[in-house]
Amino acid sequence: MSAPEAPPVAPSSALPRQATGVDRRRAFVDKLARGACVAATVLAIVPLVAVLIYVAAKGIGSLSLDFLTNTPAPMGEVGGGIKNAIIGTLLLVGIASLIGIPIGVITGIYLAELGRYSKFAQAVRFSADILGGVPSIVIGVFVYTAIVLHWGYSAMAGSVSLAIIMLPTVIRTTEEMLKLVPDALREAALALGVPRWKAISSIVVRTALPGIATGVMLAVARIAGETAPLLFTAFGNDAVSTSLTKPIGSLPQMIFTHSTSADAEWHRQAAAGALVLVILILVLNIGARVFIRRRG
Amino acid sequence: MRAPHTDREYEAELALLRQRVRAMGAIVREMLVGGVRALVDGDTVRAQAVIDRDEEIDRLEVELDEQCLRVLARRQPVASDLRLIAATLKLVTDLERMGDLCGSLCERVIELAAAAPQTPAGSLPLMAAAVEAMVLDAIEAFVTGDAGLAEQVLTRDDLVDSYFAQLLGELFADMMAQPAAIYRATRLTSVAKYLERIADHATNVAELAVFMVNGEDIRHRHRSRAPRI
Amino acid sequence: MSMMMAQSKSESQPIPVTPPRAAVAPGIKMEAKGLKAWFGKSQALKGIDLPLAENQVTAIIGPSGCGKSTFVRCLNRMHEVVPGAHATGTVTLDGADIYGAGTDPVLVRRRVGMVFQKPNPFPTMSIRENVLAGLRLNGRRPADAAALVETSLRQVALWDEVKDRLDRAGTSLSGGQQQRLCIARALALEPEVLLMDEPCSALDPIATARIEELIHEIGQRYTIVIVTHNMQQAARVSHYTAFFYMGELIEHAPTDRMFTQPSNPKTEDYITGRFG
Repeated sequence: MSAPEAPPVAPSSALPRQATGVDRRRAFVDKLARGACVAATVLAIVPLVAVLIYVAAKGIGSLSLDFLTNTPAPMGEVGGGIKNAIIGTLLLVGIASLIGIPIGVITGIYLAELGRYSKFAQAVRFSADILGGVPSIVIGVFVYTAIVLHWGYSAMAGSVSLAIIMLPTVIRTTEEMLKLVPDALREAALALGVPRWKAISSIVVRTALPGIATGVMLAVARIAGETAPLLFTAFGNDAVSTSLTKPIGSLPQMIFTHSTSADAEWHRQAAAGALVLVILILVLNIGARVFIRRRG
Repeated sequence: MRAPHTDREYEAELALLRQRVRAMGAIVREMLVGGVRALVDGDTVRAQAVIDRDEEIDRLEVELDEQCLRVLARRQPVASDLRLIAATLKLVTDLERMGDLCGSLCERVIELAAAAPQTPAGSLPLMAAAVEAMVLDAIEAFVTGDAGLAEQVLTRDDLVDSYFAQLLGELFADMMAQPAAIYRATRLTSVAKYLERIADHATNVAELAVFMVNGEDIRHRHRSRAPRI
Repeated sequence: MSMMMAQSKSESQPIPVTPPRAAVAPGIKMEAKGLKAWFGKSQALKGIDLPLAENQVTAIIGPSGCGKSTFVRCLNRMHEVVPGAHATGTVTLDGADIYGAGTDPVLVRRRVGMVFQKPNPFPTMSIRENVLAGLRLNGRRPADAAALVETSLRQVALWDEVKDRLDRAGTSLSGGQQQRLCIARALALEPEVLLMDEPCSALDPIATARIEELIHEIGQRYTIVIVTHNMQQAARVSHYTAFFYMGELIEHAPTDRMFTQPSNPKTEDYITGRFG
């Protein structure tokens, strides 16, 4: 071939250079869509803010040092507090986390790093998803038949049910966070002659740690507010208890019983208890975030 | 012969380069053929026409040099493309020198005609024919990338050299026999020298053709006959 | 050294002739023999026989998907890290088969370092920790960590740029600096062979020039294999060039020869831009 062929002539159907009706409509649709997004966001925030305001407004009046440091007074009497419930919740959530977080994180690591495509991993992943969709009351009933029927109501039974509830969240967020770590980092570590387990623990998990911790915090926050399974397992206890084998009180359960009673004072106390629970979860969340930022 | 470059503009640039080399070679060919005809016929008009063409050669030399540099700078040619550019950069110098020598030859033809129009004697026409054939084939070999033809051209330089020696002998004999012939004989000596050098340049062109095609540098091969490893 | 002396003795010419870059016949550091590699069922390498000259730079070129990256990843057994990938054949390192029974890939990788296409410093680590990562993660504590950090960073000409901020995150550096940091990280382990998989493809020309300069420098002490899409880069940095096409080695020759008179028409077509 000798000379290059002439470049193709631009087709006459070129787009118009001036704004037309179509362009004006496009601009209008754009504005409309932006407006809809903002409106939806505001709508989603409204209930959240409303709940916080409602809980704070109703509960702040009954909140006092005595309320936090006393056990409940008998119905009809003034005063009484939620010391038993605060300690109970901390203990239940603590033990549940001790059980659920290690199992969940390690399972997540298995799914993301080791088993990724194996049949077994698929089965585990599927089970975790199903478990995540099971109503918490069903888990409560399960623990009731599996544990409570044999050994009676106990803090341990409550913790186990909470641990089971948090497992799917921990497993799946750990797996997802680990999957977000670029393969380049795994390869970088392996190419330095680092053994696989060391590459996973020192590089991959460490890189994903902030994300995993966020997922874990969400799971902890969720179980801190669980009520239904505790009714069948931890049962409740008006006295302060730190025994794992005895029934134990908890904030959600206290809120439930107080708000379903006929006593107006108890209703106010329920709101105050709810406020304490919200603050507790907030503190846990912020604390975890600060901790992660420091280490990251 | 082979697949074109993916970049069509590059392909076109190289095609244009080859086309210009071809044009420059064609002009040198015509100048030599014209010069030899002018010499044999004592045709001063034709000689002057050849001299006038030297300008075209000079212009093409500059243009081809520029074009080669442009391709080198913009395309970073490699392998056969690189050899084409490198060989062309050298080729234009050889072609330009051949053009100059044709011009000088024609100046001598005009001088000879002014003195005493006479057909050149002896081996000169034979030598001229041999050189002409060498130049034609060398340029043809380069332009068409015919390494076989180029190799064959290289074997003919010895023949031209022997014609040259023979011719010098004849001219010296002339000069010694009749001093009146000295003016003519010295000019013919120059002409013979020009032809001999044109043949040398033709040899260079043939060597460049071989390098361009095979990537093999065969210059000075005849001097050191050391076996290649 | 002794080889170089023998070489100069055998040359009896009075005027020293500029030797081509690979004039001294080098030893063979690594060699692939009948190397085949697969991703699942699709075969990426169809039997490669290629020696890699010791303390020389070998460039691997070829179109996308020709198997050049797979080849270098087979040289430190990183290929098998990809799920479903496997390789057969032999690859020797100082004569010993790295695919032989009982060979630990982890140990191979400590001797054959690797630099990747995209700079990948560990994001949770500082510049200093990145340099030391290879040692620390292998449970070794260098006697003089500060000196090792300095020499490693000096080798990649990064020391002067980062000496005042060794505690900053490795990811805070520019792309070119990150890549040099990754090279320093690999060199800190004192590997014998350094594999570079398109190390400059994400860098600008100046950063690329610095890496190439670096390859020249360290190329005298390490056996380097560099995969590149940039043929000019292969021509600039390497002593030997290997051309891969569709999982096969088409040609392997000294770089000077490869880019002036390749012997295979396919190589010629590829490097002159006549492909496809």
